[in-house]
Formats: sequence, structure tokens, C-alpha cells
Amino acid sequence: MTILRSPLAAVSSGLDLQGSFTTAMEGFGLTPGTAHLLWLPLPMLLVLVAAVIGVLVNVWLERKISAAVQQRIGPEYAGALGVLQPLADGLKLLWKEDIIPARADGLLFTLGPILVLIPVILSWLVIPFGQHMLISDVGIGVFLWIALSSIQPIGLLMSGYASNNKYSLLGGLRAAAQSISYEIPLALAVLAVVMMSNSLSTIDIVNQQNSAGILSWNIWRQPVGFLIFWICALAECERLPFDLPEAEEELVAGYQTEYSGMKFALFYLGSYINLVLSALLVAVLYLGGWGFPIPVEWLAGAIGQSVDAPVVQVITGSLGIVMTVLKAYLLVFIAILLRWTLPRVRIDQLLDLGWKFLLPIALVNLLVTAGLKLAFPAFFGG
Amino acid sequence: MTIASTTQGICFLVLSAAVVFGSLGVVLLPNIVYSAFLLGGVFLSVAGLYLMLNASFVAAAQVLVYVGAVNVLILFAIMLVNKKEAMADIPGLGLRRLLSGGVCLGLFLLLLRVDLTTPWAVPGPSPIGDDATVRIGIHLFTDYLLPFELASVLLLMSMIGAIVLARRDVFSIDIVTGDDVDQALIEKSRTPLLIETPPAETTALETRR
Repeated sequence: MTILRSPLAAVSSGLDLQGSFTTAMEGFGLTPGTAHLLWLPLPMLLVLVAAVIGVLVNVWLERKISAAVQQRIGPEYAGALGVLQPLADGLKLLWKEDIIPARADGLLFTLGPILVLIPVILSWLVIPFGQHMLISDVGIGVFLWIALSSIQPIGLLMSGYASNNKYSLLGGLRAAAQSISYEIPLALAVLAVVMMSNSLSTIDIVNQQNSAGILSWNIWRQPVGFLIFWICALAECERLPFDLPEAEEELVAGYQTEYSGMKFALFYLGSYINLVLSALLVAVLYLGGWGFPIPVEWLAGAIGQSVDAPVVQVITGSLGIVMTVLKAYLLVFIAILLRWTLPRVRIDQLLDLGWKFLLPIALVNLLVTAGLKLAFPAFFGG
Repeated sequence: MTIASTTQGICFLVLSAAVVFGSLGVVLLPNIVYSAFLLGGVFLSVAGLYLMLNASFVAAAQVLVYVGAVNVLILFAIMLVNKKEAMADIPGLGLRRLLSGGVCLGLFLLLLRVDLTTPWAVPGPSPIGDDATVRIGIHLFTDYLLPFELASVLLLMSMIGAIVLARRDVFSIDIVTGDDVDQALIEKSRTPLLIETPPAETTALETRR
């Protein structure tokens, strides 16, 4: 069972934290196995913490930007500019009474939110922040994310059914229908990118885009795929204009209606982690991942430094993380702006858009990409 | 015994137990919704077993197809039709259960015999890991092309069947007698709320019957 591909085998440049850590631990007289065991939980913990902090930032951004859109001030008393407001929200949810409705199915009611959250967190396994900065460079990369995100509707159906409430059930059914419809064009858009980079691994996909800085990003070669992916990602995250499963005016709060306390917080966390995750994946698949708009090799060459010099490696490594997060949060900003600008679509419009518009366009996009790849192998990854 | 092999052993035991007891639960539980959810758990455990065999692509495909599509559709269908009504007593239920239990036991014994008498190659061929994706693709488009295409014909047939079932207006003539069949849904005639309706229109539904 290969959990971690050995980074020592990779010859490409870039900061290799695991290698340094293992060497340092072996310097203290530990065996390589023990050093590896000590290393294993570190990136997982780090990514988990990063995901949760990402959610806090996200909630604050959502509140502030929505306030700005509606010409309000938004949260301002909890901390400077209200930055502690999301923390206060979280603590409030932590202290709330955990209610299971009397006629609900207790077991499924509890399992539902967990099943919604776990696949989303597992998907962070394949998000790269640098050449070696990801938990696991599994060969099936983005396909793992697509497979994991298809588990989520089961959790939604479960919580919708277990709540024993007609609004919850309708919300759960809508969520499942929506996520099935949008998964197909999403997968087809990813497939076009994968076809160009000849690999499912997120690392390879980013490396293939970073030969000439911003000019070689996939967004120029896959503009239609980018739009399809973005629309489908919004639909998968159940963000407006696609928040049918929890449409307040029609369904109270959809599958979340009966939930409170930490169980509700799990849904809340899940949806925001999913939003950050989708934005990160858009950045990885279409916006060059950790790549700087100008290739760092050129910059390092301009100031007469080798890319392999330790100082340059630390700088490029940090720059990679900053670029990935910056791109992702730019996309999150657009998602929030869209949420507070657009009205909600109807359920029939939603399904029409998915099946009758996005699916054929995604198929045509795939076909055109295949044709271009055969015609211009130099530009479309031969 | 290294840490890796111990972990692998524990994972294998847990996953196998989940598959065995989960599938027993799918068959034996009286609540069909629980059965459907357990089926999803069984599919996930099987994906875990594939993962332990180093077949990550097959595992992901298993999750995507069986959990994400098949199981969600099963749940969808159950929740759309699941009415809480008492099942009528089936005559001879005990005898039926005995018979089906006997058939299952016979099948199990047959499989057990096949399992025990076959000379298995231990250890099997070494897994090729991530290259499996490429290998599967090559096989699908060379020596397994015909089964692959036949499977798509099967899917086309089921799709046409679903469309025929969903579009009821296709059969407007009774196949047996050749008479016209009224396929219209029985619904209230659509009249605006605030406008006086002529009295003739209100009885339209009755006269049509």
C-alpha cells in the first residue's frame, strides 16, 4: 500500500520538507522508519488546521463582502474589522444544545453530517501547494477528488431522510439530483485538462502549465472548460445561484432544517471547506497552481541565482503557497460576489442547464481538445 | 512484523468484517432504507479492499460508479416511493424464507468448495500500482473492445426504456385493442384565481369522463 510516494526519488527542484525532516531526525539517531512515522501526522494536521482557518477567513469575507454589496458595515465589534466574528459564531454553535428531533431517526441523523464532511476533508489529500507540498501525490490525483465528491449526496440524502420532515427530505433529494447532474460536465471538463497534461496527478497538471508563466496557464487553452468547471463547482458547493437544496423561501433550510449545534456546524464547515477546495482546484487545474505569473527560474536567473540555492528554494516555496492561496481566494471572492448579486435559478432551469447545455458543451470541448492535441501537439500537450 | 504489515492486517480484517456483516445486513434488515445505506457502506468497503491490493484506480472507479451513481439512484428511488404503509402478510412466509435460505446456503457451500479446491498462486502477480490506469485503458481499447461497446449498447437500451417509461404520451393507442387511450393526468382544470369562470367550464372534467 503506497501512501506516500518517496520524494527522494523525485529529481525535480523545489523545497523538500519531508526529506529535510527525515534527515534531521536521523541526525538525532532515529531509524528511517521512526522518522517517517513522526513525519506522517504533521502534514495531515497542518492541512486540517489550514482548512479550518480557511473556513474562518471565508466566513469573515462572506460577511464583510455581503455587507459591502448591500452598503452595510457588517461585523465590526469582535476584533479589528470584526475578524473574530467567525470564531464567535463557531463558539456559539459549540455551546448550543444538540437536539435530535423526537420522531427522527437518531442514528442516520447523526451519521449524515459526518458523511458530508469526511469526503470533503479527504479531498485535501491531493491539493498541492508546491512541488512537494501536498499530503500525498497519488497517481489518480483529481480522479480521487471526483470519486470522493460523489459520496457527499449520500450524506445529504441520509440527513434529509432521517430528519423526518418534508422540507428536509425535499432538500436532500434536490441536493442529490443536483450533484448527480453537475458531476458529469465537471468530470468531462477535468478530463479535457487531464488529456492535455497526460496525467491525473495534480503535481503533473501544474508542472505542465508552468513552462512560460501566465501565458502557459490552462485557462487560455481551456476557456470553455474553465467556465464549465466553475459553474459546476458552484453547483456542487450549493452556492447561489444554485443553492436549491437549501432555498430559504421554499424549503425553510432544506436538509439542514432540523439541525442545530455542532451537527449544523459540520454542514456549515463542510460547505465552506468545499468552497475553498473547489477554488483551489480551479487554481490548480486552470490557473497554474503554485506558479508565479513570471516563471521563478527566469527571475532567479535575472538576479544571478541558481534555483537550487537554499535561500531561493525557501523563497520560491513560500511564493508558491502565497500564489496558490491568493488565486484560490480571488476565486472565493468572485463566488461570494456572485452569491450576493445573482438571483436563484428554478429547479427545472437548473436541471436544464446541467443536462441540455453544459453536458453537450463539455462533450464538444473534450472533442475539440482531442482534435487540437492531435493537430498542435506542441501547444496542447502531445 | 513491521508497522506497515500490522496496519495492513488490521485494515484487511476491518474491511472484510464490514463487507460480510454489511451485506448480511443489506439482505436481512426489514427497513429498506437501512439496507440501501448499508449497501453504500459495503461498496465503500470493497473499494477499500481494492485500495489494499494497490489498485487505486479501480477503487476510485468503484466509489464513483457504485457509491456515487448506483447507490444514490437506489436511495433516490426508495425515497421517492417509500410510503409508510403496513405490508400485507405474505402467505407461507416461513416456508419462503426457509427455501431461499437453503438456496443461498447451497450456493455458499459451492463457492466454498471452489475456493478450497482451486490451487491459488500465492503470492499473486505483483501489483503495478499507478500504471494500472494506462494498462486498463489499453485493454479496453484493444482486446476488450467488443465487451466495452456491448456494455454501451446495454446502457442505451436502459436509457431508451427509461425515456419510454417517463414519456407516457408515446403510447396513445392501446396496443392490444387499437383504441385511443386517454393518457391525460387527472388534474384540476387550470383557471385563474380571481376571474369569474363560466359555469360550463367547471364541469369540463366530469363531461370528459
